[in-house]
Amino acid sequence: MAALGFSPSDFYYLLPELILTAGALLLLLVNVIVPRRDDLLFGLSMGTLAVSTLVLLSFAGVDIVISRGLLAIDGFALFFKLIFLVSAGLTIMMSAPYLRVEGVRAGEYYFLILCATLGMMFMASGIDLITLFIGLETMAIAFYILAGYLKPSHRSNEAAVKYFLLGAFSLGILLYGMSIVYGMTGSTRLDEIAVALAAQDRSLVLSLGMILLAAGMGFKIAAVPFHMWAPDVYEGAPTPVTAFLSVGSKAASFAMLLRIFIEGLAALTPDWQVVFAFLAVVTMTVGNIAAITQSNMKRMLAYSSIAHAGYVLIGVVAATERGVVAALVYLWVYLFMQLGAFTVITMLRRRDVVGDELKDMSGLFARSPIAAVAMLLFMLSLGGIPPTAGFMGKVWIFGAAIDQGFIWLAVVGVVNSAISLYYYLRVVVFMFFREETTGSEITIGPALATALAVGVVGTILFGIYPQWLFDQAQNAAALFGSTASSAMLR
Amino acid sequence: MLEITPLHYTALSAALFIIGVIGVLVRRNIIIIFMSIELILNAVNINLVALSSQLQNLVGQVFVVFVIAVAAAEAAVGLGIIIAFYRNKETVNIDEMSLMRW
Repeated sequence: MAALGFSPSDFYYLLPELILTAGALLLLLVNVIVPRRDDLLFGLSMGTLAVSTLVLLSFAGVDIVISRGLLAIDGFALFFKLIFLVSAGLTIMMSAPYLRVEGVRAGEYYFLILCATLGMMFMASGIDLITLFIGLETMAIAFYILAGYLKPSHRSNEAAVKYFLLGAFSLGILLYGMSIVYGMTGSTRLDEIAVALAAQDRSLVLSLGMILLAAGMGFKIAAVPFHMWAPDVYEGAPTPVTAFLSVGSKAASFAMLLRIFIEGLAALTPDWQVVFAFLAVVTMTVGNIAAITQSNMKRMLAYSSIAHAGYVLIGVVAATERGVVAALVYLWVYLFMQLGAFTVITMLRRRDVVGDELKDMSGLFARSPIAAVAMLLFMLSLGGIPPTAGFMGKVWIFGAAIDQGFIWLAVVGVVNSAISLYYYLRVVVFMFFREETTGSEITIGPALATALAVGVVGTILFGIYPQWLFDQAQNAAALFGSTASSAMLR
Repeated sequence: MLEITPLHYTALSAALFIIGVIGVLVRRNIIIIFMSIELILNAVNINLVALSSQLQNLVGQVFVVFVIAVAAAEAAVGLGIIIAFYRNKETVNIDEMSLMRW
């Protein structure tokens, strides 16, 4: 056991997080000193994210445990932190024009985005239940405020209240599960939990703890039957926040889920495989079927994102290195296609049009061919059509499941992908074959254009040249678990 | 004379947890739901302290301090959100939250 206190090198490895914290605090200060300078806040927050990303990239290949076993700086954390930083950057690019149209001052908005990102980064690094829980709450509290950021809007209010109540409730369930696991193992460190669990027989209490943990995490990743909050919150929250919520928050929760279950509860793998296999099947099926009936784009994408959580859960169920790689690959490609789709919805928000209904997509090709073609690409990718990135993600996920003998699970997944094509292609039909509706011109500013370009490039690039991504994910998953004593990931 | 052991505290915690969960599920007033959630968090705290004493291990009590801190932060944000909601709707009943349904 290391001596009490932190060593200076801990702070070095925490630099990306520290930069983010400093940048966030600076944003608050700047907002007070020079008020009403939204462009300045925008630049500062983007700069903070860029510097943090650069420092983070210099840690490639590092695999150590710091802060006396509270945080792991490994490839797994690095991979997820990149997802968070990229999605935060794209979200901020979407937010600037969106806030202008909504007539809301940026104020603390960017600060909250950075805080949420910070929380996510601790969720990816944490290897102790306490660290994971603090990271989760740092993220969640920032998101509660962001969901209700449009204060005069009844929908935004409602979204914030619903998200807050269900988020806090799920936190309580998760914590109770954590307290049971602590009671059974005498430690909150995942590696020590793994050792203690391997040495003892399974008991009813332990299973209860495991199920409570799964339920708590199920709320956060919006798995059916814990998904009730997602459609309402996604619909009511400001569009860029919805985008960040559906990509960043989901990826962070999956990082935490993978850490807890594969690293900590490795001894219970057959038990939680059953739980997650069940969750995966109902999540995919309910998500896709409910999405068919939606007329609101944000709500449809909410159900679609529930279904996508189901696909990623298949990778978790496989519980091998290949499964983890598949989950990582999927979350990475999901980042580009989902944020891209939300960028197009943000474009449709104009002074006189809310733009999030399916009918607002009508005639998009005639008005803005670039946006329509990009949206077509994102919809095909979400539906899993080659040669897009979404196809590669699905191939990898289903491959991992078949590899482990979960052929039936892969079949359910494929059937669900087919169902999902119906509602993705319906959007395409509206865009290309319906008459134009009223509303002012669609203008694509530089920020939105950049976000759209990143989404398009990511979706195509990882679709036709996925090898680089596979290699990175492979590295991430190989390093992951090396700190745990379990031999699960061999 | 009955001796009170950590097991009794665990039972108390389980009871509080169940009361809290039922409260969240059946009550309609946002404030009361919020209080039920606080009840769940306190159930967690009692559990952690009891187990920490049982295991002769301080980590559980450290955990409690973090839970209390986070619960306070959450209460501050949550009540703010509820006030913002009340200003618009003049109600704190969740049955009135019906703008978004499928």
